[in-house]
Amino acid sequence: MTDTTAHIDDHHAQPKGLSRWLFTTNHKEIGTLYLVFSLAMFLVGGAMAMVIRAELFQPGLQLVNPEFFNQMTTMHALVMIFGAVMPAFVGLANWMVPMMIGAPDMALPRMNNWSFWILPFAFLILLSTLFMPSGAPASGWTLYPPLSLQGGNSFAFVIFAIHLMGISSIMGAINIIATILNMRAPGMTLLRMPLFVWAWLITAFLLIAVMPVLAGAVTMLLTDRFFDTSFFNAAGGGDPVMYQHIFWFFGHPEVYIMILPAFGIISEIIPTFSRKRLFGYTAMVYATASIAFLSFIVWAHHMFTVGMPLGGSLFFMYATMIIAVPTGIKVFNWVSTMWRGSMTFETPMLFAIAFVVLFTIGGFSGVMLAIVPADFQYHDTYFVVAHFHYVLVTGAVFAIMAGAYYWLPKWTGYMYDERLGKIHFWWSTISVNVLFFPQHYLGLAGMPRRIPDYSVQFAEFNLISSVGGFAFGLAQLLFVWIVIKCVRGGEKATAKVWEGSRGLEWTVPSPAPLHTFDTPPQVDDSVTAHKDQLT
Amino acid sequence: MKRTNELIVGLAMAAVITVITWGLFAVGDNMPAGVTPYSRDVYQLHMIVLYIVTIIGILVFAAMFTSIYLHRKSRGAVPAKFTHSTRAEITWTLIPILILIVMAIPATRVLIDMEDTSGAEMNIKVTGYQWLWQYEYLEDDISFYSALDRDSNAARQIGSGISPREVDNYLLEVDKRMVVPTDTKIRILLTSGDVIHSWWVPDLGWKRDAIPGTINEAWTLIEEPGVYRGQCAELCGKDHGFMPVVVEAVSPADYRAWVAEQTSGQQVAAVEPVDAEMDRETLMTHGEDIYDAHCAACHREDGSGMQPAFPALAGNPVVNGELAGHIDVVVNGRPGTAMAAFGQRLSARDLAAALTYTRNAFGNETGDLVQPADIAAQIDPEPAERLALADSEAN
Repeated sequence: MTDTTAHIDDHHAQPKGLSRWLFTTNHKEIGTLYLVFSLAMFLVGGAMAMVIRAELFQPGLQLVNPEFFNQMTTMHALVMIFGAVMPAFVGLANWMVPMMIGAPDMALPRMNNWSFWILPFAFLILLSTLFMPSGAPASGWTLYPPLSLQGGNSFAFVIFAIHLMGISSIMGAINIIATILNMRAPGMTLLRMPLFVWAWLITAFLLIAVMPVLAGAVTMLLTDRFFDTSFFNAAGGGDPVMYQHIFWFFGHPEVYIMILPAFGIISEIIPTFSRKRLFGYTAMVYATASIAFLSFIVWAHHMFTVGMPLGGSLFFMYATMIIAVPTGIKVFNWVSTMWRGSMTFETPMLFAIAFVVLFTIGGFSGVMLAIVPADFQYHDTYFVVAHFHYVLVTGAVFAIMAGAYYWLPKWTGYMYDERLGKIHFWWSTISVNVLFFPQHYLGLAGMPRRIPDYSVQFAEFNLISSVGGFAFGLAQLLFVWIVIKCVRGGEKATAKVWEGSRGLEWTVPSPAPLHTFDTPPQVDDSVTAHKDQLT
Repeated sequence: MKRTNELIVGLAMAAVITVITWGLFAVGDNMPAGVTPYSRDVYQLHMIVLYIVTIIGILVFAAMFTSIYLHRKSRGAVPAKFTHSTRAEITWTLIPILILIVMAIPATRVLIDMEDTSGAEMNIKVTGYQWLWQYEYLEDDISFYSALDRDSNAARQIGSGISPREVDNYLLEVDKRMVVPTDTKIRILLTSGDVIHSWWVPDLGWKRDAIPGTINEAWTLIEEPGVYRGQCAELCGKDHGFMPVVVEAVSPADYRAWVAEQTSGQQVAAVEPVDAEMDRETLMTHGEDIYDAHCAACHREDGSGMQPAFPALAGNPVVNGELAGHIDVVVNGRPGTAMAAFGQRLSARDLAAALTYTRNAFGNETGDLVQPADIAAQIDPEPAERLALADSEAN
């Protein structure tokens, strides 16, 4: 350690125990808080999914009544999206972005602390509605009026919780943009940044653009419900479809908020384990930016059945189909990165490969859903449920898993148990397909989504899906154990951790000390994971 | 040597993936081709896109697994140095664009066809309610409600002890089907009386949302007689899973016969004046039917309700209280809750019967007999009358 490091460490007294975590402004500790919180919410949301799959295990109502079932589907989505997936990515950004660009910390450390500590309270409020007399929200996570306005007074708590989550996300996004644009080490030009950093920079702009739109939409719901306005009330001159337009103007970019950082993680992992630099780096950056731009002009593909004018439907169909082009470029570039590499298959790489295959399957069903006449059949069926779980579970969640295994040794200083990691991978990958693949069939055969009971013709595939669901849920408990085991000890990790790893985060010791890059490193092409000069 | 290996392994991988894909297609269900010209177009579109993405998938995954098999460290692979290929990148940008254009052309054609409701020979207005459908045949002047049938409804209760497998068409049968003629272009107008619903019969090839304050239109032309089943597809509250759609397509001649049967029944009812007094027996039996069809989904058949959202009617202060207050709640609903305004939905006769029934059943003993005239006195004037009133006041 240099003298400067020692000096800075002295400057910050280290509180112990609870106050260490309450008052921390260190990006690594806040990153850990985010990740632990995300894992906890993943288990809570997963428990709700288990209730759903248990009720759908066989036809007839056995366990829960329809209202509670609707509360479960609504809360499962809200908890998984805002509690599990988004905080996990912010946690990874907190840990990795400063280390990847050679910055000592995030640009706005106190705001960083605040943006995390809002979240536990937001979810305490959201989850507490389950115990209120009028129950948790039961109108689906999209909260479409007029149905959502039929809820009781607990609805106000839901909206307040959503506002808090939005504030947290916006602050996190501002912090990430400020960090990336201002705190890069000398030589870390924009086009030398790792793709994870690029993906997050673009995602952060999406967050700032759309979270206020969601806040506006739910505030209008609040005033319609409690203050007699008629934004969405047809009887008062409002329009319930307007809510859907506003909601999905937030909702579609939100989908990419949950997948662009995943693209970034996969683009870090595949070069490392292929021992080859990333193929087509510049194209990857532009493809990510194109996807982000397109995400703003495709929202109405979530609502083709509301009865849009022909011209509107055609525009949104064409715009949606175009997204396949930059997404395709990404998949082709990942495959080309592997091509003629020298691959090994540690757990992060296994999850990354599964991501490429299964996310692509979700992308294919996405292209099918873009075709408006066919969407009139697919819309609001289990085909859609299968589609978005392929892109969100085997997409976003698998990428988070891959990232967790990839960087765990850097965080803890110990290697995770590779044998258990592989068991977790195979168990998860097989069960997740047993869980979601049959749902394509169910949707095509005519099973609507969000129903607690179904006709007996759907019984077989629902049973298979539920068995897959229970197995997948159980597999994630193994993941919790692997993480705990890795934190407690194991084989010592080297600074580089992986034979093929490149980038600044692998130049600091494992575990990464509390303060890194107090003196900025000098960056050139020899340390980056890509080298994409046009030759 | 190396390139030959890659080609052979690539072909083998493609073969394996093709077999797996074929297996996945073979074991599962597919979209029905349906019974209308439009539904068959949609089915074809679905299959075209499905085959295209399948072929792309086989090629991409075959390349990837070839690489995974051959280019691994344990086989002594040495990493190549290339990081870029402008030619390859332009190729895999342009080819997908061309493929998308190939998909977009038929999709556009089918969509334009779908949106063209001109030349319809008859019109049916479909209104969604929590949780039943109303069908109004505009030319033939027929109107009725269609709700989940009694057998399914009994079996679907928690702890009913009835196996869904023993109920015919469990959850996909209604008490009164929507009967339509075959080979007739029918325009369907969709709206809702409360929240958003979505009317869907897979064999007709589309679904459309029923939205309060909006009238959506779509059309169908059923070519084969038969019974076609579907469900509400948009989450509409607790019984969203229990509001099926059943369409029975019959020959035009049979349809005329059905219309005659319906309208003669209605005329008998119309003979009696709207505000004719009814006796206790009629009120109670008719009231129970109306209650079971329109009220029991929330307030339960025994009036026990479902706390906290759906209050019990047994011993309820409103039901056992002053009649005017009770009529007000039923006729105008309770805004901000699931209690709908039934004044627009049910006739004064039906409302009088239902109120009489609730005031004298489940242990409620008001002894009141509610007559249609009591209801009529408290219903809002029709919008047209209201306008006329406003006009005369302005003058």
